[in-house]
Amino acid sequence: MTEHAYPNTQSKKKGIFFFLMKARATKPGETYGVPGQGDTLLLSLGSIAGIIFLWWLVTSMGWIKPLFLPGPGAVLGKFVDVWNNGFTNTPFLEHVAVSGARVFGAFLLACLVGIPLGIAMGMSPFIRGVFDPPIEFYRPIPPLAYLPLMIIWFGIGETSKVLLIFLSVLAPVALGARSGVKSAAIEQVHAAYSFGASRWQVMRHVILPSALPEILTAMRIGIGFGWTTLVAAEMVAATEGLGYMVLSASQFLQTSTVIMGIIVIAIIAYAFDLLMRFVERRVVPWKGRM
Amino acid sequence: MGLNIRQASVIYPSADGRPPVEALRKIDLEIVNDDFVVALGASGCGKSTLLSLIAGFLSPSSGEILLDGSQVQGPGADRAVVFQKHALLPWLNVIDNVAFGLKLQGVDEARRYEIARGFIKLLGLGDFETSRVYSLSGGMQQRVGIARALTCDPKVLLMDEPLGALDALTREKAQELILNIWSSTHKSVFFITHSVEEALFMGTKLIVMSPRPGRIAHRFDLPFSRQFLGGTPAREVKASREFIALREEVLKIIFSDEEAAA
Repeated sequence: MTEHAYPNTQSKKKGIFFFLMKARATKPGETYGVPGQGDTLLLSLGSIAGIIFLWWLVTSMGWIKPLFLPGPGAVLGKFVDVWNNGFTNTPFLEHVAVSGARVFGAFLLACLVGIPLGIAMGMSPFIRGVFDPPIEFYRPIPPLAYLPLMIIWFGIGETSKVLLIFLSVLAPVALGARSGVKSAAIEQVHAAYSFGASRWQVMRHVILPSALPEILTAMRIGIGFGWTTLVAAEMVAATEGLGYMVLSASQFLQTSTVIMGIIVIAIIAYAFDLLMRFVERRVVPWKGRM
Repeated sequence: MGLNIRQASVIYPSADGRPPVEALRKIDLEIVNDDFVVALGASGCGKSTLLSLIAGFLSPSSGEILLDGSQVQGPGADRAVVFQKHALLPWLNVIDNVAFGLKLQGVDEARRYEIARGFIKLLGLGDFETSRVYSLSGGMQQRVGIARALTCDPKVLLMDEPLGALDALTREKAQELILNIWSSTHKSVFFITHSVEEALFMGTKLIVMSPRPGRIAHRFDLPFSRQFLGGTPAREVKASREFIALREEVLKIIFSDEEAAA
């Protein structure tokens, strides 16, 4: 009976939140006390499969009408249909290309403007003082709220669409670059000065490289905002694009097209995020290591 | 010639309604030829402020700091600094870290790699030229830091607790390595440490500093590093009666400062 001498230390209650209740010894090869360790690939695949199964279940059993939620098969069928025949007389890939051009074009512009601006804000109190209020002012406003203004000012053409996405990407990228400037350790800066560096050289060889991880993270966050804003940008006077496809399909209650469009946008965004993570591993393998 | 500090004081201006802080009061110090000057003292005694003065990160409120007769104006490669940690650049490999100072000075690539390789060998890092610095052990990272400062060919090498983050065994090895390099390069060194044993073993001159206001309270000339370089094993030097007696004397001074502060 010795192993039951302390009955409370080996609780038999293994609820869903069991891992929060009690500290346990780790397996060899793991580090004790570090939360969130472990590979999640299998679980993630399982999760996706589970969602699709649930989706299939509730639709094929007729629990939810196809008008509200068509089944996976119907959505896939719609995808094949749009792929082959296009949507509103425009080929599917053209919708993708137009939306991609808007989002990535705006993203590129936002990086070209936002990264130097953020770095300048981090380096100079003057520039920070000038640009902090406008950025912080518009940043929390939903793009839909200033979309009308964009249209009044810049018309219903490409400019207002790209500008809307540009603005939604600009703020996170600029703020990320700005805080990245603070990443360099004071010792790194002092050491460089003591080796004879000029202020410019410290910026070029110490501040900028050490800001890179945060800038890349900010770019990942920024492109996410870009995709979020895409549908809003294609609300007015668009005749092409994935956002347009989703919106106009919804007006005709073509729910399968709506869901297909959402999934296509998600897949493109996710693929680009994977690419960015790959770039991160290649460009800043030292991130968080020193 | 060499480094001369004359009557240097540092007073931080008052802030938040607190009175001004006198960080250093009238420091006189000479670091010439192959002096190895070690600064020791309770925390808050101004050791690091003194190093910042010499490095040129900070200008004195009064007094002057002369290097080879001319006033120190800001930091420069003639006073390269080795820090305790966090000072290497993780995006560069070992040789690019070591050659970093030369790159800043516009030395062309072939020449700077040639110089850097020499110091990498000197510090025993020959097999790690292309290693990522963050994959190295703490002791090896510190050797990269020292090699990097030496490539700048400073007139005075400044070391701010360079061995403070190392484990005891690595630390003793690193002490011997630094002494050997010092004797082969004939550099003036200014070295800050918290370890009394390290201070006595490494220095030719010891300054013991006292806090509030930071000042040099005691000065000692030390023979021990020369004994080691003359062939006496390090542990034997550190276990000698003379060494232990001085160690206890210095410890007593520092403890009395700590108690006065507490």
